[in-house]
Amino acid sequence: MKTYLTPKFLVQRDPERCIQCQVCVNQCTFDTHYYDVEDDEVRSHDENCIGCLRCVLFCPTRALTIRQNHLDYRDNYNWRPEVIEDIVKQAETGGVLLTGMGNDKGQRIYWDHLVLNASQVTNPSIDPLREPMELTTYLGRKPDRIELDSESSTLKTELAPQVSLEVPVMFAAMSYGAVSLNVHESLARAATEMGTLWNTGEGGLHSKLYKYGNNTIVQVASGRFGVHAEYLDVARVIEIKIGQGAKPGIGGHLPGEKVSSEVSLTRMIPQGTDALSPAPQHDIYSIEDLAQLIYALKEATNYSKPISVKIAAVHNSAAIASGMVRAGADIIVLDGLRGSTGAAPKIIRDNVGIPIEMALASVDSRLRQEGIRNQASVVVSGGIRNSGDVAKAIALGADAVYIGTAALIALGCHVCQQCHTGKCAWGICTTDLRLTKRVNPDIGARRLTNLLRGWSIELKDILGGLGVNALESLRGNRLHLRGVGLTDTELDILGVRMAGS
Amino acid sequence: MKDIKHVNNPYNDDKVIDACSIFGAMDASGKRFSGDGVIRAIVNMHDRGNGLGGGFAIYGLYPDYADLYALHVMYLSPEGKQETEALLKANFNIIEKEEVPTRQTPMIANPPLVWRYFLEVDHRKPEQESEDDYVVDRVMTINTGLRDSFVFSSGKDMAVFKGVGYPEEIADYFCLEQYEGYLWTAHGRFPTNTPGWWGGAHPFCILDWTVVHNGEISSYGINQRYLGQFGYHCTMQTDTEVVAYAVDLLMRKHNLPIEIVAKILAPPFWSDIERMSPEEQKLMLTLRQVYASLLLNGPFTVIIAHHGEMIGLTDRIRLRPLTVGEKGSMLYLSSEESAIRLICPELDKTWIPVGGEPVVGTLRAPTQPQPVAAGEKV
Repeated sequence: MKTYLTPKFLVQRDPERCIQCQVCVNQCTFDTHYYDVEDDEVRSHDENCIGCLRCVLFCPTRALTIRQNHLDYRDNYNWRPEVIEDIVKQAETGGVLLTGMGNDKGQRIYWDHLVLNASQVTNPSIDPLREPMELTTYLGRKPDRIELDSESSTLKTELAPQVSLEVPVMFAAMSYGAVSLNVHESLARAATEMGTLWNTGEGGLHSKLYKYGNNTIVQVASGRFGVHAEYLDVARVIEIKIGQGAKPGIGGHLPGEKVSSEVSLTRMIPQGTDALSPAPQHDIYSIEDLAQLIYALKEATNYSKPISVKIAAVHNSAAIASGMVRAGADIIVLDGLRGSTGAAPKIIRDNVGIPIEMALASVDSRLRQEGIRNQASVVVSGGIRNSGDVAKAIALGADAVYIGTAALIALGCHVCQQCHTGKCAWGICTTDLRLTKRVNPDIGARRLTNLLRGWSIELKDILGGLGVNALESLRGNRLHLRGVGLTDTELDILGVRMAGS
Repeated sequence: MKDIKHVNNPYNDDKVIDACSIFGAMDASGKRFSGDGVIRAIVNMHDRGNGLGGGFAIYGLYPDYADLYALHVMYLSPEGKQETEALLKANFNIIEKEEVPTRQTPMIANPPLVWRYFLEVDHRKPEQESEDDYVVDRVMTINTGLRDSFVFSSGKDMAVFKGVGYPEEIADYFCLEQYEGYLWTAHGRFPTNTPGWWGGAHPFCILDWTVVHNGEISSYGINQRYLGQFGYHCTMQTDTEVVAYAVDLLMRKHNLPIEIVAKILAPPFWSDIERMSPEEQKLMLTLRQVYASLLLNGPFTVIIAHHGEMIGLTDRIRLRPLTVGEKGSMLYLSSEESAIRLICPELDKTWIPVGGEPVVGTLRAPTQPQPVAAGEKV
């Protein structure tokens, strides 16, 4: 069938600069560049280019430019090029449109409509270069109060397990199989160095990384891949994954091509078989079932580590979160509309779920109204881009955030949205050993560490400007936020006042 | 329900912002003394206020009625007085009532009517409710429910005198020279976003707890949200209210001693906690984990008092001043040392406490903690 699609990108090669070295041929995983032996010339199949920019960055003579190739359809606000092209693709394939990364649509990004406060005159700002500035955060269940022994004044209260974070930014769940072992190692080492946590995702934990267990969150998801006693034992936190912001209500499918021998060992499934994660956890059809799994995991680990439960942010998040806390979750994770993924049906990714800012604000408020906010930590994820977003999330009420896409960008990802193809030219979202070596864990860990270090310095600057010297004084402190360009209803849900008021 | 915040915070800012002079004097032997020195001391810090608020708390004030709740109530209209008195009559035995004596002074314009009532809690109180909680409930009802009425103070054997004006004008207006007490605190106010309202002046009082406060608590937003979970509603939108409710929650309801409370409001840094003994480390870690939302962050100095105790505390990096002086059984706390020296030039001891370290004066007990050597840690 002749395709009615045109190439998304055009490859422009400057003949003056090109030396026919074929680096682009070797770097491209989508067969865009090829070498014509007869003509002794490197050429391109534009239609294969997905815009990952790998060749541009690696061309030694800077001979390459990749340009978007917009077809000039007649203007139509409803029938935009993307809409038309999706229909064409489905007419030609008859399938579900798959995509990678997070929602790229124009739903309002509330972070961009929130601004932070600073101290002027009536209270002093604090200089983090000269004064202590504290970012330490403890995740876990806290009691309403402490009790002291009346005679000796010693502490009678024993807290549930707590986990300390030196920077309130953790690496989000990305499973081995979806991403490579080198990516996992980079995340694990950076988390360890920065005193934070990384998350295995639902594909198990390679035994080589057990030594980073103290900074590892292991996931128990609907496919139960790689879940065994040692896996639970080495972890610092266990996370039950109910849903994911990129595809609420949808399961996962790791194609057999990505199930290499190492992935097979770690996931405990035969090599080359598809790894299917059912949409629900088939032992959780209700909130009381969740309580059973939470306590099964607590029993299995002798109540030694917090149990986290992750859901996609959906319409009833506040009520669901309240139930999760009452079911025994020590940490609840909300993954918003912009949460990313290795593969999701495009229609789900772009249309299901709610913005994380709204979910966070309503969950934090609801838990406070019910007087149970201290019983669980709240972690949010899905589209957190910089330390400004982190500060705003914390002011809205989050204890910490997860970053996924931002971490991958630090490793080289150029957000080309081809994660589902397994052909990631940056060697991140693939298990092809020829490609995975493109991420060097030594360098990867350094890039991630640098990112977190930069953000933590920025967070300290923000705190100091607000006139506080501990992160807990910003947490849930919505008076330090103001809204710009938001409606009364939006401000009301966010619990934030309009700028100028 | 009336909304005090519209009176106290007319522009609906996040909260009332003000700065101040504060002073406290206590005779640990329990001997009562006149306020003459305290008034001279606070006058010496005249420039720290702007005439939009001054006030005094006096303990050991009504020895003849020591077992009765002394309610000082401000009225802005005769109807307010009628409503409040009806409520008091319906809920208490009124043993004694009178208008608080005042004198006309040129600087005090449009003063409200202030009356005091000596009340006994009787059988009308539900059995399961404590007397204190019963009184608190009624005070909250008056303050938030009845028009043109506001309770200045509600403790036994103590009272608060406050209003709009410089502290010396308030002292003159309320004829404070005629009173004696074993513990006095005083406040001169510099609000920036309120035109000044008599109820909004310091000291802030609930039962016999009073707070005078200098500072702006930048963590106010989370502090008040946290207290809201425990049923405290910051109706006046002031930092001082947050301090008072936090202390009430921690000391009266959670039974924690002041030394622990100080470590919640102004906790040691994580890096300091790391260097503590394992037992102390565990306690401090737990306090910070459990009560993270009660950390008072940003500049503040407070003098908190209740019967038998006066406590001075600054934020943990001491962004607002506090000086301590001791002479015999007298303990002085002040924004400025000069104010103490003015009324007691020859002090036995004077020092500036380390940020976050409480100074606690207790009846017939020495002051804790002792001053640290200069340069040790500031």
